[in-house]
Amino acid sequence: MIPNEAAIPASAGKPIDLERLFRDYLLDGAFDEMRTRDGAIRPHYQELVEKLASLPPEELQRRKQSSDLSFLTQGITFTVYGRDEGTERIFPYDMLPRLITGEEWDRIERGLTQRITALNHFLRDVYGECKILNDGVVPREIVYSCKHYRRQMCGLEVPRNVYIAVVGTDLLRLNTGEFVVLEDNLRVPSGVSYMLTNRRVMKRTFPQLFHSYGVRPIEHYPQLLLNTLNSLAPEGRPEPNIVLLTPGVYNSAYFEHTYLARQMGIDLVEGRDLVTHDNIVYMRTTDGLKRVDVIYRRVDDDFSDPLAFRRDSGLGCAGLFNAYRAGNVTVTNAFGTGLADDKAMYAYVQDIIKYYLDEDPILNNVKTYLLTDDASRQHVLQNLDKLVVKAVGESGGYGMLIGPQSTAKQREEFKAAIEANPRNYIAQPTLDFSRAPCLFGSQMEPRHVDLRPYILYGDKVNIVPGGLTRVALEKGSLVVNSSQGGGSKDTWVLE
Amino acid sequence: MLSRVADSLYWMSRYLERAENTVRQLDVTMSLLLDSSETTADTRWQRLLNALGNPEGVEWNGDQDAMTRSMVFDGTNPASVTTCINAARENARQVREEISTEQWQRLNRLYHQMHSPQAQAQFRSNMNDFLASIIDGIHLFKGVSDTTMIHGEGWQFIRLGRYLERAYASATLLEVYQESLLDLGEQEHTGYQYLELVGLLRCCTSFEAYCQVYTADLSPDKILEFLLLNRDFPHALRYSIDGVRQSLDAIQSGGGRRPPEELMATAGRLHSMLRYTTIQEILDGNPGAFLHSIREQCKHIHELIYRYYVQYSIQSALAV
Repeated sequence: MIPNEAAIPASAGKPIDLERLFRDYLLDGAFDEMRTRDGAIRPHYQELVEKLASLPPEELQRRKQSSDLSFLTQGITFTVYGRDEGTERIFPYDMLPRLITGEEWDRIERGLTQRITALNHFLRDVYGECKILNDGVVPREIVYSCKHYRRQMCGLEVPRNVYIAVVGTDLLRLNTGEFVVLEDNLRVPSGVSYMLTNRRVMKRTFPQLFHSYGVRPIEHYPQLLLNTLNSLAPEGRPEPNIVLLTPGVYNSAYFEHTYLARQMGIDLVEGRDLVTHDNIVYMRTTDGLKRVDVIYRRVDDDFSDPLAFRRDSGLGCAGLFNAYRAGNVTVTNAFGTGLADDKAMYAYVQDIIKYYLDEDPILNNVKTYLLTDDASRQHVLQNLDKLVVKAVGESGGYGMLIGPQSTAKQREEFKAAIEANPRNYIAQPTLDFSRAPCLFGSQMEPRHVDLRPYILYGDKVNIVPGGLTRVALEKGSLVVNSSQGGGSKDTWVLE
Repeated sequence: MLSRVADSLYWMSRYLERAENTVRQLDVTMSLLLDSSETTADTRWQRLLNALGNPEGVEWNGDQDAMTRSMVFDGTNPASVTTCINAARENARQVREEISTEQWQRLNRLYHQMHSPQAQAQFRSNMNDFLASIIDGIHLFKGVSDTTMIHGEGWQFIRLGRYLERAYASATLLEVYQESLLDLGEQEHTGYQYLELVGLLRCCTSFEAYCQVYTADLSPDKILEFLLLNRDFPHALRYSIDGVRQSLDAIQSGGGRRPPEELMATAGRLHSMLRYTTIQEILDGNPGAFLHSIREQCKHIHELIYRYYVQYSIQSALAV
């Protein structure tokens, strides 16, 4: 039974009128998810607006408080680096869902499937025969100079040839209304737990609205993930012992690791729980050592095995890589996948898709300047105040210069850094990406949003409809990363 | 179950039990201080610290308000309620996927209650209510643990931690109090002495339970008998050690490895001693030494749990 939302006590006050709801609603060049350029409400947002207009401000406030409390007691928090080490914060959350039509989604889904398939081919090729390099489609320098290229992976056959089993790709919507890919996250993408918990809270906050919209479900993600991991188990291990490897409680995504392990019913292990002996990985249990077959790895390459990668890492397990090489354990995502989400490699993804699949890319890239090219570099250095510069190996919004919002001093620093190591940076135009309505008090205001769908690749490619919509909650801000003060909202893909 | 997980569950539970014990002893001490008996505040606070195992760096300096605040809120005081709740939550956080959402929410709420900006003001305006609400929170956590968690290995480690901590704390408390308790002897009690005895019982939440068994006729011998040897009362030593033994049995029978002989023997021996001895034998001997030896055996059980389940050597495990 659906709870009756209309049952609001008469004392709760008058509903908000539309004019007040939209008082500070800015419309300009950016694509607005809810309103057309002339201010009309897009058809699929109509019902949401009517719903909000029917609720008194007090009732909205009450629902907001109840959802906030739900996040706090569930301990849905993340850790911010660089400030007070280890402080926990609640992940900021906006109550209004972001709506995507079924038609829009189907195109996104096809585009992502195509892109991930091609990138997986690419990884297999570059760590194998190197055909794409021999054919000169992707320059060798850019591969071998990549920080995330792992020589150790060369000539190694990975289970089912799947390098990237778990992916989160960041999409933006440009002012033309077109979705483009901003970034592929092929190493250890995070945020999927927020997608799942946002949905749970939203279903409680607006049950009737949710029902009448006919939203495609996402709740089966943990099961899909488990099936994916299962399908990648080493041969001859019919009932594989699957574990999730976490760096531990101080990692910013620790909440997510525990959440996923619990939802899948698998053990959450840390490096110190694992030992290898004769190229077999075991975990220490109260009942002695138990063999591990599949590791869903949420620890970076560098920290996974002090014998194969960084020697000073205490987070991984010594001997893990050799066990993996011997085929006794599956580790996913594979090592060295960061090669394909390098921000300079990004510029070649369109070519990579054409090369392996002989198809035109369904989802386009954002224009990207490679700074190793002299002419591009000169252009970028002269226009630093208009462009966004990103360090190629970084993620999470770290190591970024946003031209229009930067100070002269920051630009000088980036200029020096670029000239010292041009391979380490790329530049992109400052994008006027789309805004979606967010709720502030009892008013709607638009904020910039992106979309990170989560893609699973085992037997086949699986994408749950929607993903995490991240919001730059500060007015005018373009940065949506949770580590930089962004928030999130639920994403409803409509039938 | 992962050794690290078992370790965290065990300590989560021990720290909560410790927090509860600290709150109760503080509460009793504060209420006894209201009466102007011969026992001075100095003696009482000193005894409280002894009964809490003389936490490092904490000394009675004559300032009662500062002392209570420190025992409740001071995160640098290793025995304070806050320290214990923080440690319990930190352990729970490390095994978030192993405990139920209800357990986590309960513990998290307790943590936020201790750290809320209003906590100190609430404490000042009504200390008893505040302390009672902390105990309520801990009781709720235990109830939720028992009703929302699979009674498998993890739950047994929680139970093991709870009873071992309780046994150790009770033995410490009685060791500290037994001398003054037995000095009271058979003489006629004054009102103040009666309050002392009630206080000791209330430290173990056992006043009402005692009265059900022995009526309100409080005598030191009977109190000792009750707190040490009662079979059915959850805060009696014998009951706690029985709980330890049962959990160890359950953990052992769930695993396929060779049984941890020495551990089972140590727990079994301690249990038998409490099961078959009489209070008269204890009183005829040296009660202080008896209680001290119980503490030592509890420590030894803890070390053996570690040796068998948590910190075993890889070589020995591979050899099996």
